[in-house]
Amino acid sequence: MSGPGSMASGAAAGSADGPADAARAPEQALFPPGFSVSEIKNKQRRHFMFLRWKQQQRKDKLANKRKRKKEREALGDKAPPKPVPKTIENQRVYDETTVDPNDEEVAFDESTDEFAPYFNRQTVPRILITTSDRPRGRTVRFCEQLSTIIPNSHVYYRRGLALKRIIPQCISRDFTDLIVINEDRKIPNGLVLSHLPDGPTAHFRMSSVRLRKEIKRKGKAPTEHQPEVILNNFTTRLGHSIGRMFASLFPHDPQFIGRQVATFHNQRDYIFFRFHRYIFKSEKKVGIQELGPRFTLKLRSLQKGTFDSKFGEYEWIHKTLLMWSCYCLAGKVG
Amino acid sequence: MHSDDVVWDSLGNKQFCSYKIKTKTHNFCRNEYNLTGLCNRSSCPLANSQYATIKEEKGQCYLYMKTIERAAFPSRLWERVRLSKNYEKALEEIDENLIYWPRFIRHKCKQRFTKITQYLIRIRKLTLKRQRKLIPLSKKVERREKRREEKALIAAQLDNAIEKELLERLKQETYGDIYNFPIHAFDKALEQQDAESEAESDTEEKEEEEEDEDADKREFVEVDESDLSDFEDMDKLATSSEEEQDDKSSSEEEEREMAERTCHSKSKGKAPVKGPARTKRAYIEIEYEQEIEPASKSKAA
Repeated sequence: MSGPGSMASGAAAGSADGPADAARAPEQALFPPGFSVSEIKNKQRRHFMFLRWKQQQRKDKLANKRKRKKEREALGDKAPPKPVPKTIENQRVYDETTVDPNDEEVAFDESTDEFAPYFNRQTVPRILITTSDRPRGRTVRFCEQLSTIIPNSHVYYRRGLALKRIIPQCISRDFTDLIVINEDRKIPNGLVLSHLPDGPTAHFRMSSVRLRKEIKRKGKAPTEHQPEVILNNFTTRLGHSIGRMFASLFPHDPQFIGRQVATFHNQRDYIFFRFHRYIFKSEKKVGIQELGPRFTLKLRSLQKGTFDSKFGEYEWIHKTLLMWSCYCLAGKVG
Repeated sequence: MHSDDVVWDSLGNKQFCSYKIKTKTHNFCRNEYNLTGLCNRSSCPLANSQYATIKEEKGQCYLYMKTIERAAFPSRLWERVRLSKNYEKALEEIDENLIYWPRFIRHKCKQRFTKITQYLIRIRKLTLKRQRKLIPLSKKVERREKRREEKALIAAQLDNAIEKELLERLKQETYGDIYNFPIHAFDKALEQQDAESEAESDTEEKEEEEEDEDADKREFVEVDESDLSDFEDMDKLATSSEEEQDDKSSSEEEEREMAERTCHSKSKGKAPVKGPARTKRAYIEIEYEQEIEPASKSKAA
């Protein structure tokens, strides 16, 4: 037999007795450091040795755990704090494009970019919602529900019109934003959000769309009050501009009487949209109840001008194959 | 000898022809030079030594002709003539080239040419309109994205995040005066003043002070509004008022039993309370038992 070393062949010979040997197998010399299970050519024996090795590992791990626990208890109060498990959020490398709230350059940029008129309350948002050609039932209903959520929005169906021709008409009729919901195989799967007087265009991939009737424990229909907006976790420059884009969809003065809130929560580059009604039970407790549709967005590209797929100047494109370009909206992972 | 009939008899009719496709109703011919596309005696390019077709290449139509004189030279077999882009002129050219040819071939050539020009026009019209671009999805990428989305959803803990944000906004008084939670203002007042005993008189100490003063009287302590919101306070309240009532029980022959003290717990389900929030109070039930002196003793005395 081709045994790698004397120890190993001893162990291999020991294993020839089979499981009966395992009971009295000496623990210390069984797996010397130089030994690797993969060097045994015989499959059955290799398998057996591997199982034994696994058992050994498990025993070691358990023993270590118990020892550590005992040490902790022995130390009592002086024990060092438990180590925090690593999550992606913990491991984020500080992204240098993170927006600092007091940053002057960012503030200056924002006062002169395309959303400035909205944030200065010079314009009132007016949204046009449309779809791709020939929308099917789900998409139609989704558009209707969206239009009830976003105040001051209108749904128009596109019958074969080119987007490039729609856009000047929209601008002439004073629309500030255009939302196009792309449909594939009867479900909506893409969203193009374009800020109209030549603002940026963002193209998202939409997933897990739930209409109102599919939401469990939902409340009554959303009322006409203007909702509040919550934007979570849009920290980098790119995230910040996307966040402003979302904020400019809703009117600037929410009506708190309506107690409705629309949330855009960014987590690991997925933007979750929810629409809730809240109630303050006490000053430390609030209850929320979900109404309205929900969906998830993932940014695919951000374009400088209005929608133009051929000649547009792309500010950012998602590259699927580049692993290190992930988590761009909130920060890279180290 | 290259006899058409022999060829047709063997290939087309009876034995195997590799270009022939049989379906339920028709026989089709896959040969690229076939004029009509069907497998017939008159349309088979193998069984006719004098034959012509129209073929289109990159938007240009050509007339291909085959004559019996060149049957021995396969590389020079097919003669190609470029047709003009003008439809009528091209038809005249076909006529000119196929003069004295059998009627069938001439007619079929013109028909085929017409069809080809029509579909070329259609292609040109369609390219001007918007075209739907099909982007292939990679299953691996799709699976990965879906999985990541699920994990991100779990990591996001949306409900908690939203609730936290709303409470933050409440604290920072973005809602102004709509929500009137007095304990909020009360806490503020507490922080401003120093902790005096009277400042804390709203809490349980008050009852104990009163208890020292009036030992005999049973006092029902007024439960303060602000304490109701906090469940722990309710508990303390209940226990403290219990204690004082126990202490105050004087030497009476009535036996009092502290029966049930019920406290309702707040609904801790995930479904939030619909409608206005209802505050629940703790309340105490007390049962009284009266001990009657046994009649026999009095009689004896």
